[in-house]
Amino acid sequence: MTAATANRSSLSWYEASARQRIEALLDAGSFKEFIGPELREMSPHLSIFDLPAQFDDGIVIGRGRLDGSPVLAAAQEGRFMGGAFGEVHGAKLTGLLRAARRLKQDVLILFDTGGVRLQEANAGELAIAEIMRAVIEARRAGVRVIGLIGGRAGCYGGGSLIAGTCSSLIVSEQGRISISGPEVIETNKGVEEFDSRDRALVWRTMGGKHRYLLGGADIFVDDEASAFRQAAVEALRCTGRCDLGLLEAEQQRLERRLQRFGEASDAVAIWQAIGVDNPADISGLPTSEFLRRAADKREHADDAR
Amino acid sequence: MSDWGMQRAALNERLAAGRRLAAGKVVPIPKLPEFLKSVLRTGDRVCLEGDNQKQADILASALADLDPADVSDLHMVQSGVVLPAHLDVFEKGIARRLDFSYSGPQSARIARMLFGRRIELGAVHTYLELFARYFIDLTPNVALIAAVSADKDGNLYTGPNTEDTPTVVEATSYKNGLVVAQVTEIVDKVPRVDIPGDLVHFVVEAGKPFYVEPLFTRDPAAITETQILTAMLAIKGIYAPYGVRRLNHGIGFNTAAIELLLPTYGERLGLKGKVCTHFALNPHPTLIPAIESGWVEQVHCFGSEVGMEDYVAARPDIFFTGPDGSLRSNRAFCQTAGLYACDMFIGSTLQIDLEGHSSTVTTNRIAGFGGAPNMGSDPRGRRHPSEPWLKAGAEAAPETSAALRRGRKLVVQIGETFGDRNVPLFVERLDALELARELNLDLAPVMVYSDDVTHIVTEEGIANLLLCRNKDEREHAIRGVAGYTDIGRARDPRMVEQLRQRGVIARPEDLGIDPLDADRRLLAARSIKDLMLASGALYRPPSRFRNW
Amino acid sequence: MEKLSFKLNAPTRAGGTRAQAIVGVVASGNLEVLLERASPPDVCMIDIATAAHGFGAVWEAVVRDFVVRRAAGGLRISINDGGARPDTVALRLAQGVRLIEEREA
Repeated sequence: MTAATANRSSLSWYEASARQRIEALLDAGSFKEFIGPELREMSPHLSIFDLPAQFDDGIVIGRGRLDGSPVLAAAQEGRFMGGAFGEVHGAKLTGLLRAARRLKQDVLILFDTGGVRLQEANAGELAIAEIMRAVIEARRAGVRVIGLIGGRAGCYGGGSLIAGTCSSLIVSEQGRISISGPEVIETNKGVEEFDSRDRALVWRTMGGKHRYLLGGADIFVDDEASAFRQAAVEALRCTGRCDLGLLEAEQQRLERRLQRFGEASDAVAIWQAIGVDNPADISGLPTSEFLRRAADKREHADDAR
Repeated sequence: MSDWGMQRAALNERLAAGRRLAAGKVVPIPKLPEFLKSVLRTGDRVCLEGDNQKQADILASALADLDPADVSDLHMVQSGVVLPAHLDVFEKGIARRLDFSYSGPQSARIARMLFGRRIELGAVHTYLELFARYFIDLTPNVALIAAVSADKDGNLYTGPNTEDTPTVVEATSYKNGLVVAQVTEIVDKVPRVDIPGDLVHFVVEAGKPFYVEPLFTRDPAAITETQILTAMLAIKGIYAPYGVRRLNHGIGFNTAAIELLLPTYGERLGLKGKVCTHFALNPHPTLIPAIESGWVEQVHCFGSEVGMEDYVAARPDIFFTGPDGSLRSNRAFCQTAGLYACDMFIGSTLQIDLEGHSSTVTTNRIAGFGGAPNMGSDPRGRRHPSEPWLKAGAEAAPETSAALRRGRKLVVQIGETFGDRNVPLFVERLDALELARELNLDLAPVMVYSDDVTHIVTEEGIANLLLCRNKDEREHAIRGVAGYTDIGRARDPRMVEQLRQRGVIARPEDLGIDPLDADRRLLAARSIKDLMLASGALYRPPSRFRNW
Repeated sequence: MEKLSFKLNAPTRAGGTRAQAIVGVVASGNLEVLLERASPPDVCMIDIATAAHGFGAVWEAVVRDFVVRRAAGGLRISINDGGARPDTVALRLAQGVRLIEEREA
């Protein structure tokens, strides 16, 4: 993973901005932004708190091509307000998903969010609900909605709920998916239960490797834009089913999962239970070795998504 | 007839008192409070380790738990004031006077206590200075030290974090002082003998490792483009032209960026083998890529660094290791190496004034000096020549005849013009002066004096103070790299331009550097994880640095 | 929020054909800079919204140096500032001009 010489063609997903990720993900030069920064559709609320706003309210949306096929894409800027949802930010994503349904075009959502902005709580929560509905309605019309998770802010709160409605999720090791964040868990349950400063624990519990092993994510990739791109192409080959049968299968899968692993006190116990070799080593493994060991052992959601 | 053995008699008395509570040399933990009370005397001079990194924490807590009615008025002489217990002893009246070197983690509390007159201050020293005084006028009566393991004869293994211990024990034990060691465990045979049992009187088995501060780990993810620009300037504008092979890096993000730019930017400039071959340096994780790609021949360490033990042990051609394979560090020798055997010191600071004095003191924090002034000063006792030393000497005194012209050590202060919380680096008047007034100090705590500084590097460029002929030129060379701070904006543009023509000030473009090229992709490692992978998974980063 | 506006002589027109460019992110110690070709060719207009109050003189020094050092003519530059240092501001402005001058794909 280390470049002894500067490698300008490689782009760390984790380090990249929302715009850089979209540019690197889609076919070169194919991206056309909707409601771009020059339109200045900004948050009407942040100035009340004397907080600076961003021209695109922290989310870049538009259309482009992926390996030649037309797609719609949205990328959250995790460094602006922690990538959190506000009124305009949420509305841009809702609108994109509704357009996807009408145009019958697949959608790539590049998550990087801590959840809903405290300063725009009501509008933010409403947006989460609208977006979840819009995802399902798009999927009901045959559209695939793919989530890509690997940024600094992770995919938390309402963002993780939206991720749960996606057809397929791509995750890197740095990515994290959870509703509650580590500090919230520690505050509510105590440091003995969850020490938020034990970052190895945080990643074992919510990080990309664990989600992949547990069936909470479908494709595991290196922290590399080119790897995410390849995975997105692969993810778009999924069936794109979204019907009652699928939901019932997913419900059963989750009930079984809870039965099997609900008592485990640490992810390593779960990895042990699913039969992974040397589970204590998993966190330190490079990608290729990790995928090799996960291959026939990991939980799948394939039948259920 | 005088009695010439009074100190020795006093020692024997302490030994007798202590042995009543020990089994041989071993003092059981439950007996520790009583033991300390029986071997310490009011007014003792006590050295508590209190190193830069490792802490004899069990002994520190026990000391702070004493009843001041039993033991009081202690004179503490220690390198580092690091643990809360180190100051608790003063709050409680167990200790009264303090001589030290470094107080990073306690810098706010120690300031409050000094201002509140809760501590009688002897002086703030550099490490080497304090060690020197252990042998002259600050010799400890009692040393409370930290080691990894001991055998029943008191032979100690201090391991990678050997740090100050040999120096402390040498001064204390050979001058009739008492040496008490806290160890993680007592073993049949120690992996190697760092401290011979003859010099150790008592051992306490703590049952857990001593506390170590991870001070020398800088997360590459936090390095900014501006810091990368200063690093590029330093490498191309100083390391290369002077040919700096032997050096010390003060800890900081700018120097971490330099370390991470060697395998990329340094390589591109064709500098491998010509610069950065020999270091007086702790095992910085950010040096791993440069070591792995063959830049570094040798590193001597002041101490260790949390998580680096296995990596160091696997690189015995580079680091100093014992017959057991683990690192042997030694602060006194490494400080001496930094003083005399290095041609350059480069480090960051918090304030620089218009003469070029620099200080890390602010009005409510006193961090002490540590080793920086030692490294960051021109050793006038040096006699052996080297290319960078002679070149700097020639720049400083071109009129002097070469055979009588000593060289100069390169002392470089590097930093962004605005620091944390957008506080300017450059100031009219150092906060240190205010502190000296408040505490009635003879000297303001200056880290690097103006007549020692040779270069200042900011994102605006490099000021070469060796080439300045008078105070005015010096002031404007400093203003010329002070960016948009008040100091910088008050520059005389014509004078600054003249200085630039003469090469006293070099802008990035003068060195062929485009600030837009200062990109994080130049870093050989951009995250702690990259460092871990570069080390072949030998480096085990502390949990707080992980994102996997 | 403090709002600042500057209208400066910028003798050299910013090159290239791109209509706009954007660099940076609004975050602590950072800023976003939107560049649009919406000024007369020898003028550069800069509008700043910043949460850090009282630094007008520093912003003025930075933008004045910018229009001297870089080809900024014809540009309307809008900045949302998260409390960035002056050197970061200068860097983003330079990055912005470089981006808008970049040849289109």
